[in-house]
Amino acid sequence: MSDILTVRNLEKTFGSLVAAHNINVSVPAEQTVGVIGANGAGKTTFINMITGHLRPTAGTIMFEDMDITGKPARQIVRLGISRSFQVAQVFPTLSVFDNMCVAAAIARRRGGLFGAVATPLRSPAAVAEADAAIDLFQIGRYKHASASTLPQGIRKLLDIGMAVVGWPRLLLLDEPTSGISIEEKSDLMRVIVSALKSRKITVLFVEHDMEIVASFADRVLAFYDGTVIADGTPDAALGDPKVQELISGVHLRPQGAAHA
Amino acid sequence: MPGRAQLAGALMLLFAAAAAPLLPDWIVSLATISLANALVVLGLIVLWRAGLVSFGQALYYCIGAYTVALIAKWTGFSDAIGLVLLGGIAAGLVAGLVGFLVARYREIFFAMLSLALSMILYGVLVKTESLGSTDGFSVNVPTFLGFAPHGQTLGLSLYWLTLAIDAIAAILIANYFNSIAGALAAPIRDNEIRVEFLGVSVSGIVHAKVVIAGVLGGFGGALAALTIGHVDPNMSYWTTSGGFVFVTILAGAGSIAAAFIGSVVFESVRSFAVDVMPGLWQMTLGSVLLLTILFLPEGLGSLFKGRKRASEPA
Repeated sequence: MSDILTVRNLEKTFGSLVAAHNINVSVPAEQTVGVIGANGAGKTTFINMITGHLRPTAGTIMFEDMDITGKPARQIVRLGISRSFQVAQVFPTLSVFDNMCVAAAIARRRGGLFGAVATPLRSPAAVAEADAAIDLFQIGRYKHASASTLPQGIRKLLDIGMAVVGWPRLLLLDEPTSGISIEEKSDLMRVIVSALKSRKITVLFVEHDMEIVASFADRVLAFYDGTVIADGTPDAALGDPKVQELISGVHLRPQGAAHA
Repeated sequence: MPGRAQLAGALMLLFAAAAAPLLPDWIVSLATISLANALVVLGLIVLWRAGLVSFGQALYYCIGAYTVALIAKWTGFSDAIGLVLLGGIAAGLVAGLVGFLVARYREIFFAMLSLALSMILYGVLVKTESLGSTDGFSVNVPTFLGFAPHGQTLGLSLYWLTLAIDAIAAILIANYFNSIAGALAAPIRDNEIRVEFLGVSVSGIVHAKVVIAGVLGGFGGALAALTIGHVDPNMSYWTTSGGFVFVTILAGAGSIAAAFIGSVVFESVRSFAVDVMPGLWQMTLGSVLLLTILFLPEGLGSLFKGRKRASEPA
């Protein structure tokens, strides 16, 4: 299995502030990677650089042997990298189906602006793709509901579904369970991860709940002060003394282990 | 896929075309102006759906009108269809340039920038003595594919031409609203960031909308110039733009037919009010707008939209 994403010596500075430095990561295809770190550790900066929202100050980002460093966000989406947002970004006045249909139609369009004028929004292919994504994320009973009325968890699923209808090969989820109650987090992640695995999508997800990371990630990247301080299996990374000291908290793991 | 709305539109068009010879000249002339102005309103609806209001749509109206008048004056070219096409193209070219500037702005900034640009044209025309300054100048009588009608036939010919262009515009815009670029209006109004992250340039889509609205404005102005037989800088004045926005609010952005109905209602109310109570016609119009906003906040279009939604498959 070859690496789908390779990041070399990535660095981002804002004036004298170093937001990210010396990041070296390779992600093989179809891996699910949990990204952890305290606020301000550089997780979102990392995601924003891969998705083209921020231009790195130095370093290279390779996606499937293509250098995508500093390419604009719109182009990166079309190459096959999608993202979801910490705060679900949907179209509140449209129904769930219309939200999906807009995403599906955009993903399938050809020929730039002229293509966008010549292609109907509800082409049979776009409608089929929207329906498939609604089934995949198990939000069929909300299909005709307005997006502004959705419960938070369903909004999250819709947001991720809209990123998936374009059949991306790499998906970056920025805190998929933020704003969700602790009881619902696991169920939500189960739906997300099984949907993404069924489409063989490589996933990087940012998460603060260490139990969620431990149950759903194949691998963990721990960020601290703009760089990666641990990279390995969930057991190895979460058991790393530096990670425990700086991110998860020293006393949390042993206590959890004692109860288990 | 012809639905009930298309059928109703076609019947309305046939009725409007057939009834005209039976009506007095002044009604035909009033209807022609209304239906020409309706094209400008249709353009405003295209923008409105994306959450954009242009308070300077008279810019394109005026460019369409002056293009027709100047080409007829300087070259002697008199074919109505050709002149109207040139008016639309000229307005579209200007909109293409203006789009580079305004497509990056939203809300009040978009509205005021459009207003400012139309007032620049107004200022230039007022200062241009060779074009009659504030008086403007008259437009040569047009011909139709070699025929040179006059009197009542001229009025009817212009009316039918306007009706034909309206019908073509309505069909094209209906298709546009169903296309990805057209249907992205509500998503852009709702959440631009999301549209960008789905891989679409929002400013590109908005730019296209500015051009479409500009072309429609140009057609409207060109037809109005031929119908009135005169152009003057007031066609670019802000009250002209305001009138179009007024009709757009009256019509609502929900349906294409509403642009035409709203425009006809507006001109009828205005003519009636000016005739019956010359001193109070603005007040009458104001009251009509107020009642519309209070009782039909989504405009006249919402009157037939309710029925349409009920017949749509769930």
